Amino acid sequence: MNTETEPAFFETNAAPGVVGQPLSRVDGRAKVTGQAKYSAEYNHLPGLAHAVFKTSDVAKGRITGFDASAAQRVPGVLAILTHQNLPQPAVSPNTPEGKKTIGMGVQMGFLPLTSDQIHYAAQPVAMVVADTLEHAQHAAALLRVQVAPEAPTASYQDAKAQRFDPSKGKGAGEGRGNAAAAFASAPIQLSGTYTHALNHHNPMEPGATTAHWEAPDRLLVYDTAQGMAWMQKSLSKMLGLPADQVRVITKYLGGGFGCKGSTWPHTILTVLAAKAVGRPVKLALTRPQMFTGMGHREDQEQTLRLGATKDGKLLALLHEKTSTTSPWDDYAETNAKIIGMLYQCPAFEAKLQLARANVMTSTYMRAPGEAPGSFALESAMDDLAYRVGVDPIQIRLLNHADKDPSTGKPWSSKSLKQCYQRGAELFGWSQRNAQNGQTRDGKLLVGWGMATASYPVHSGQGNARVRLYADGHAVAQAAATDLGTGTYTVMTQVAADALGLTPDKVRFELGDTVLPTTIISGGSMAAGTVSSSVYLAAQDAWQKLIKVAVMDAKSPLFRAKPADVEVVQGRLQLKATPGKGEDFAALMKRAGLDDVEGMATGRYGAGYESAQAALNAKSDDAGKDDAGQHSMHSFGAHFCEVKVDPELGTVRVTKWVSVIAGGRILNPKTARSQIMGGAIMGIGAALMEQTVRDQNLARYTNASLADYHIPVNADVPDMTVEFIDEHDPYINAMGVKGIGEVSIVGTAAAVGNAIFHATGRRLRSLPITPDKVLDALRQPA
Amino acid sequence: MNNFSYTQATTAKEATRQRKDEPTAAYIAGGTTLLDLMKANLEEHAQLIDINLLPFKGVEQTKDGLRIGAMERMNDVGEHALVRELFPAVSESLLLAASPQLRNMASIGGNILQRTRCGYFRDAAFPCNKRVPGSGCPALQGDNHNLAILGTSEACIATAYPGDLAVALTAFDAVLTLENPKGKQRRVPVTEFYLLPGTTPQRETVLEPGELIVAVTLPLTAHARRSTYLKVRERASYAYALASAAVGLDVQSGTIRAARVALGGVGTRPWRSPEAEKVLTGAPATEATFRAAAAAALQGAQPREHNRYKVELAQNTLVRALQQVAG
Ligand SMILES: Cc1cc2nc3c(=O)[nH]c(=O)nc-3n(C[C@H](O)[C@H](O)[C@H](O)COP(=O)(O)OP(=O)(O)OC[C@H]3O[C@@H](n4cnc5c(N)ncnc54)[C@H](O)[C@@H]3O)c2cc1C
Ligand code: SF4
Repeated sequence: MNTETEPAFFETNAAPGVVGQPLSRVDGRAKVTGQAKYSAEYNHLPGLAHAVFKTSDVAKGRITGFDASAAQRVPGVLAILTHQNLPQPAVSPNTPEGKKTIGMGVQMGFLPLTSDQIHYAAQPVAMVVADTLEHAQHAAALLRVQVAPEAPTASYQDAKAQRFDPSKGKGAGEGRGNAAAAFASAPIQLSGTYTHALNHHNPMEPGATTAHWEAPDRLLVYDTAQGMAWMQKSLSKMLGLPADQVRVITKYLGGGFGCKGSTWPHTILTVLAAKAVGRPVKLALTRPQMFTGMGHREDQEQTLRLGATKDGKLLALLHEKTSTTSPWDDYAETNAKIIGMLYQCPAFEAKLQLARANVMTSTYMRAPGEAPGSFALESAMDDLAYRVGVDPIQIRLLNHADKDPSTGKPWSSKSLKQCYQRGAELFGWSQRNAQNGQTRDGKLLVGWGMATASYPVHSGQGNARVRLYADGHAVAQAAATDLGTGTYTVMTQVAADALGLTPDKVRFELGDTVLPTTIISGGSMAAGTVSSSVYLAAQDAWQKLIKVAVMDAKSPLFRAKPADVEVVQGRLQLKATPGKGEDFAALMKRAGLDDVEGMATGRYGAGYESAQAALNAKSDDAGKDDAGQHSMHSFGAHFCEVKVDPELGTVRVTKWVSVIAGGRILNPKTARSQIMGGAIMGIGAALMEQTVRDQNLARYTNASLADYHIPVNADVPDMTVEFIDEHDPYINAMGVKGIGEVSIVGTAAAVGNAIFHATGRRLRSLPITPDKVLDALRQPA
Repeated sequence: MNNFSYTQATTAKEATRQRKDEPTAAYIAGGTTLLDLMKANLEEHAQLIDINLLPFKGVEQTKDGLRIGAMERMNDVGEHALVRELFPAVSESLLLAASPQLRNMASIGGNILQRTRCGYFRDAAFPCNKRVPGSGCPALQGDNHNLAILGTSEACIATAYPGDLAVALTAFDAVLTLENPKGKQRRVPVTEFYLLPGTTPQRETVLEPGELIVAVTLPLTAHARRSTYLKVRERASYAYALASAAVGLDVQSGTIRAARVALGGVGTRPWRSPEAEKVLTGAPATEATFRAAAAAALQGAQPREHNRYKVELAQNTLVRALQQVAG
């Protein structure tokens, strides 16, 4: 497109614009009536066979053989695939080089069924493919696996675990100043060790793959992918095929929270199984397999030391994290980032230690790093507030970072102070009793807590296409996915506004790699990237029509300069004399154009800002703006009330307020759901979510939704969610920041801080279950 | 899951005969326990005999007390006016259990025969003495946070019955009517129905092969009318009890005439506490009495690494429940 006409900042084009309106989900009806097809529901493929995994009982060992005699006798069994007979991938992630070739789409540097080694409990060791799911399941139950077991390592808490510093001394974050010295001489010194239980994403829809080889070298996969292009690339690399020979489709996704961001073993193994049996094959992970199939948030321990002046100004932050990783990968969430950037603090240092254990590789889960990191930091800030004797909001204002302390850059926009203020108003924070342990409701102890939220704007880019028909309909497309968050809906709104149409005239298509490539729906990048590419694609379509108009002798705009023409609600007109112009439909009809197509690349974050800067730069400062001049983040504040039963140890959240500044809010209804969802997930992490691993056998003891507790309705109070109106011209063409992850950041600390206010006890180990509350209450306050 | 056949029975005789013909068959009521176990390959049955059409229905007053048919659904019984009035604790134990969907499916008989939530039992990859006798009990040194502290053995520390209803039934001297394949009925008090694990944790009840639960009968008493069921869990709903208490008191002018106490979530079976009842009976209805009763109830507790908290929690739960009924 003609970049010179790229508008620096989105202005809604329709009056009244539908962007910013609480449009109900455009796919809502399809979902509640069962019309929406999820990835495990493509049963139309001829000869579709079903695969199930046989998984390992032990967490470590070697496969010495299989007894498939009984399994093979089950009618309908097509193949029993193991490392001995499965066709192997062209490139496997098992070596660092292989993993590098495959790229970001594969998180785990180990593919089961490629050797006789067992590295973690419930690792797939065989696949049974049969004509029906029931036959496959039955045969898998009958398949016997002979194993020579070895003693496994369970976690970082296991004395056997090999510990190492993956940075080799370089530290885990951008350090500054001499934090150790600053801490040592600080008048106030606080230190705390925080543990975070192992958590699982547990989206409602399990991971599922249906693999169909349309030709010997052409693959179609229906999968549960948050990132279409990542999966396409990783599969094509592993199979040694050009990317265009691999098509991935994900029309609907039942949640992901990060676990569907990578191509996990079941996908490539199903693809290989389909090759082996020469039929389309479907595999859906069972709920127990979801605990060992698509990663998790690692179990971790953080020690945070905080030094401050007598009146509470931060002087030093020292952070250390230890967490469990797999035998091959060095993955850990980067907790240090938020600790280094959230408050003004001259000295900061972070260290990371990993411990190898017999677990699969952990992965990013909603606000990876920021969620557990903020638990430590925001609990410590609360301690500081009490220590100094000021209000928790006051201590945060006192340490407010006017610039990003980790980079020194100004913020592209930051409305955190407004979030505190509005949140306090909505919550009634001014009524707070400054003393903890003072408020009662009958036998219950009542406490209020708050915490800051922040999540970075990652840099992303992606393409979109818009096709406008002369009859006033339009289709917009991008290979994004909708996790259930409302992507279909908000992109329909963006396209409608950009084209001056009502949303019922616009359809947004996503979830297919044949569509224009875009960013993964993860890292809170989708709304910002896709909205801006859709918007710009519409502008591209208008530019094409403007060219047609100025060359058309019958158009009122004949021989006008394209730059002098604007489009308002579908009418092409002269900027100077808006009376002179015509409707797009009239123009297209006369020109014999049934449709016109626009295509554009949208950029989000630093990539947008630097491109804009390059465009507007004078020749002498060109190239200076590579990484963007601003630090870009969403911010927010969470407030909650808890009631603690001091005799029974139970904690219930009874009131919740979240105020978020996330740039332009495309749709307050779907955005509110995002914030509520994040906050509820945070309440889960704070009070109940934990996957328990047996420390001797290194196997989970609660891999089911009956035993792994997530909040139910009764755990969730009425929630108040508000957004601060924020205009950010540096983020992208739309002024949109991500909100999917900022929603959870700080939530566990808000709950913990409220518990502290209620009881006078600081609980630093998540989840805060009744046993821990009773334990704490037995100690002196 | 294995292949199985499915048949329906309309009378007890039909059901027990089908069961005799196929020894690995199981009765299926709501299926909410059975199917979970079969899907996880923890139980295998060649045949399922559907007993939902059996006439074990009704909630009615008889000369022995309130009789509840084994095929009644948890929700229906929990909401039944007579149950609410005569046995508040029983009603509450039902309505605080599981989820509405499960309670609409699940039967009273099936509830009594639900099985432990011990994570090792529920995953066939683990050793477990209850599932595979002699294979060992990893819970002793492992994840035992939701397991028992009373009535345990070196072979098993599971709360074999993890649910709620049977705790209330245990407190209020319920009697089960059972019918064997010969058509003979017998009556077994709930307190004698569940077995301690001892060296044979695989044996959980006195139910004989093929025997059906026909009904539960609860004698009418003053202390049962003044009763409650208190359930403690970290999630506000849809979770098993970390600890629970079913209590009933007959208090006259401040003195406890009769008391019934049973605990859930802490015993290898629903835990009746004669020790606590002894402390309560004849004593003033005060917090001091309740504390003493709670201490007596937990006297023999044998906690382990992760369930130590239950000693205090169970006592506090019991005290709170007693306070609630004492008013
Ligand atoms: C997620 C979840 C949460 C739960 N939470 C709770 C809770 O909080 N509290 C609680 O108390 N329970 C809870 N339960 C257990 C639930 O109450 C039981 O699963 C249910 O009561 C079983 O009844 P059913 O009719 O479905 O039994 P089925 O599954 O049909 O049968 C269970 C067993 O009993 C046998 N059986 C059934 N009826 C008879 C009979 N009349 N005579 C002889 N044998 C019979 C069957 O053969 C089978 O072995 C929960 C269950 C689930 C799945
Ligand atoms: S406690 Fe009982 S049920 Fe649990 S593992 Fe041990 S023997 Fe099995």
